[in-house]
Amino acid sequence: MAFMQMTSPHAHRPGNTGHVMKLVILATLPGLITLSYFFGPGTLINVFTAGIMAMACEALVLKLRQRPVMFYINDYSALVTGVLLGLALPPYTPWWVIAVGCVSAIVLAKQLYGGMGYNPFNPAMVGYVILLISFPVEMTQWAMPRTLLAEGQALTGPIDGLAKMWFATPLDAYTGATPLDVFKQNNSQLVQHLYDTQAVFSTGRWAGAGWEWANIGFLMGGCFLLYKKVFTWHAPVSMLISLSLMAAMFNDGGSSNSGGSPLFHLLSGATMLGAFFIVTDPVSSATSNKGRMIYGAAIGILIYLIRTWGNYPDAVAFAVLLLNFAAPFIDYYTLPRTYGHNKARRGTEKEAE
Amino acid sequence: MRKVWDIHGGVHPPENKQQSMQQALASLPLAPELVLPLNQHIGKPAIAIVAEGDTVLKGQLIAKADGPISANIHAPTSGTVSGIEDRTLPHPSGGSGPCIVISSDGKDTWAELDACENYQTLDHNTLLEKIRSAGIAGMGGAGFPAAIKLNPRGNLKIDTLILNGTECEPYITADDTLMQTRAQEVVAGAQILAQLLGNPKSILIGIEDNKPEAIRSISKALSEVENNPIEVVSFPTKYPSGGEKQLIQILTGREVPAGKLPADVGVVCQNVGSTVAAYRAVRFGEPLISRITTVVGEALEIQRNIEVPIGTPIGYILEQHGFTAANVSRLIMGGPMMGFALNTADVPVIKTTNCILAPSRAEMPAPPPAQACIRCGMCAEACPASLLPQQLFWYSMAEDLDKLEAHNIADCIECGACSYVCPSNIPLVQFYRASKGAMKQHAIDKEKSDRSRARFEFRQQRIEKAEVEKEAKRAARKVAAEAAKAKLAAKQASEGDSPKTDDTADVVAAAIAKAKTQDISPEVQLAKLERALSSASSRLDRTLARAEEAEGEKKDAILARVKDAELKVSDAKNKLAEFQARENG
Repeated sequence: MAFMQMTSPHAHRPGNTGHVMKLVILATLPGLITLSYFFGPGTLINVFTAGIMAMACEALVLKLRQRPVMFYINDYSALVTGVLLGLALPPYTPWWVIAVGCVSAIVLAKQLYGGMGYNPFNPAMVGYVILLISFPVEMTQWAMPRTLLAEGQALTGPIDGLAKMWFATPLDAYTGATPLDVFKQNNSQLVQHLYDTQAVFSTGRWAGAGWEWANIGFLMGGCFLLYKKVFTWHAPVSMLISLSLMAAMFNDGGSSNSGGSPLFHLLSGATMLGAFFIVTDPVSSATSNKGRMIYGAAIGILIYLIRTWGNYPDAVAFAVLLLNFAAPFIDYYTLPRTYGHNKARRGTEKEAE
Repeated sequence: MRKVWDIHGGVHPPENKQQSMQQALASLPLAPELVLPLNQHIGKPAIAIVAEGDTVLKGQLIAKADGPISANIHAPTSGTVSGIEDRTLPHPSGGSGPCIVISSDGKDTWAELDACENYQTLDHNTLLEKIRSAGIAGMGGAGFPAAIKLNPRGNLKIDTLILNGTECEPYITADDTLMQTRAQEVVAGAQILAQLLGNPKSILIGIEDNKPEAIRSISKALSEVENNPIEVVSFPTKYPSGGEKQLIQILTGREVPAGKLPADVGVVCQNVGSTVAAYRAVRFGEPLISRITTVVGEALEIQRNIEVPIGTPIGYILEQHGFTAANVSRLIMGGPMMGFALNTADVPVIKTTNCILAPSRAEMPAPPPAQACIRCGMCAEACPASLLPQQLFWYSMAEDLDKLEAHNIADCIECGACSYVCPSNIPLVQFYRASKGAMKQHAIDKEKSDRSRARFEFRQQRIEKAEVEKEAKRAARKVAAEAAKAKLAAKQASEGDSPKTDDTADVVAAAIAKAKTQDISPEVQLAKLERALSSASSRLDRTLARAEEAEGEKKDAILARVKDAELKVSDAKNKLAEFQARENG
């Protein structure tokens, strides 16, 4: 009788790519919950909407490409992209903005390049940047955190939020300046003064009400993924270190020229979301551990440069996309040293001309 | 406690070693027929020295090693040679090859063996010859003839002998059993190997820390030896610690340079099974005709280790262990990480068979379809050679052989750790094997084409050279002729109108004489000229006929030939007319 023919190894660690993606989604929960707690259910609705739209886009393109739809949907990569985009968008983003973002992320940045595993750029960040450039007004209206509400005022409820998202019903006094906006617009005040006078700081602790806790939430999720060995520490840690170093270098003792303290930069904007959920996207990042350290560090530096001297308040998306460009180049120069070789290959050495 | 180093990467698959350790080492009743492939080792197949119908005794040499990288094969039992024929081989290809088939007579009568009690006094060559003639090939899996490793090139100083008792593959417990039951023989074998290698400074027996029993028995055996130079080193369990290069790194911190041998860094590594076989060969003159094999898997009722004669058919062994074919998901020779699937049980146990694994479908289900690579890098974390499997996969798919070479695919040991951890279930090792095969083929093709190019270029050179030489000769002749002419003219000028010099007169006379001897009668001459004319005119006719058929460019060419033929005809006519005029006139 003939037995099944198969090549070694015959043993396989349980789990598949879908499990990895589900872990990532699970790890966004602390951040998602804190965001929703401080800014109302807007982000939660964003995440749901974007998740569903992203999966719909993925299914549609797979159908057009005549690929098995459920096989690819079950790897949850589209859902991850949708969730990350939803997290990055301001609460209560209009549905059509989210739709444009999802189409850009899934169709343009991912499927047109060949789908899962073939995209040179992080799809969620491509979607985000396209939105930021196309809809600057919608994309820079952040809800006020609950600590800033006036007496008797309540957070926007889910009904009002949905009305805003789907029918563009205006909401009363719901937007406020983010901590990064405050720093961007500051041109004469000492940091200490900002922290005392600006409500977003005075009602917070280190880096702005709500924001600091959301970042801590994402940090916790990131640590969970590190513990689960979904990715290695190299890229996120080097990004956080380089960002802190830049902040420390240009802190200027808290003068009116200060770009903000390291703690401020670590806990505001999309720092932790970026560090643990965007920079760690393996498809579009550098491949070796050394390469990932360089990749992360360069992103950290760029984030600080753009935040402090660029035109946009936050910079994670731009920094990540710029380094996506550089990833293959970094790869060429950061091959690990193979067993039995004196040194690692650099660049295109040893390749036939 | 000796310092041990860590290797990069590695994985911790479920060990599954307890199943086969529940029962003691057993042996089976002799199989009625034993099949001995002539190639059970790395290198050239052995040459059969028995013929069909010959009676053989247990331990008798039946096939001789062909050259240094080859190994002798001996009869595992007494009986008759019932055939020397092609049988399916235990090889991933599932192909067949020449085997000696022995029908057992059931008596198991030994041939006379050359035992040696005081082998410590033997010299290096005698010892080595005893091991070589016993046909010992690495019993850990690769099957490299042991005698070659034990006789490194003279300029290499061996300072470390390592006995590999790692057995890092899941399921397999053959070496574990061997170390537990034959600890004294392992130690005695180690002493023989050490003697062969000029007593290296360190003699280490490397055992993973998941085999405490084996460590205990070996340590106990060592404690009974006087002035014991041998050390047992236990280190954390991790797959693939038992790979030769990995074990060397763990125990010595040295890396075997790419393309070199362990002996180049002063290390010789032998499997504990081979070590015991070497001891038995030297002490008792016993050739390698049996080995310990783990028979394990949920498709079997009995799971254990057996001492089994080489050549015993796997099907026979399975039968003895309550095998249910309906349950088995695949039949593997070797472990689950590097073993290969057999497509039939109709193959024999060979010298390298350390395990027969018959997992049930629940135990080892068919792999799910591969998903896309997300470059998560888990494979790179697991790779013991510090390669980038995700990049190798990428380049393998693109068949970019240059890039693969630059990314050191040749250093891949095919341990399977990358495939084991891949969340997308990509059969990475299979891609690398295919690429390595393609690269080998490419190298062969390249060598072939390089050789033809060299040959062509050499020919061109030779023709050119000959042309130049010819030209030079021609020029020289021309110069000589000119010189002679000038000399003649000068002579004529100096001698005025006087008749030709003696030697010129001689030349002229000779020419006339020659013409005379060649003188032919006018009839013959006439016939010759007429024949020339007729052949020229018939040629003209033929060419004309062809010119009518031809078209286009070809027609122009043929018309040119017609012109040529016309000229020849008129030439022949003129000559004939001239001749006739001369004859008549």
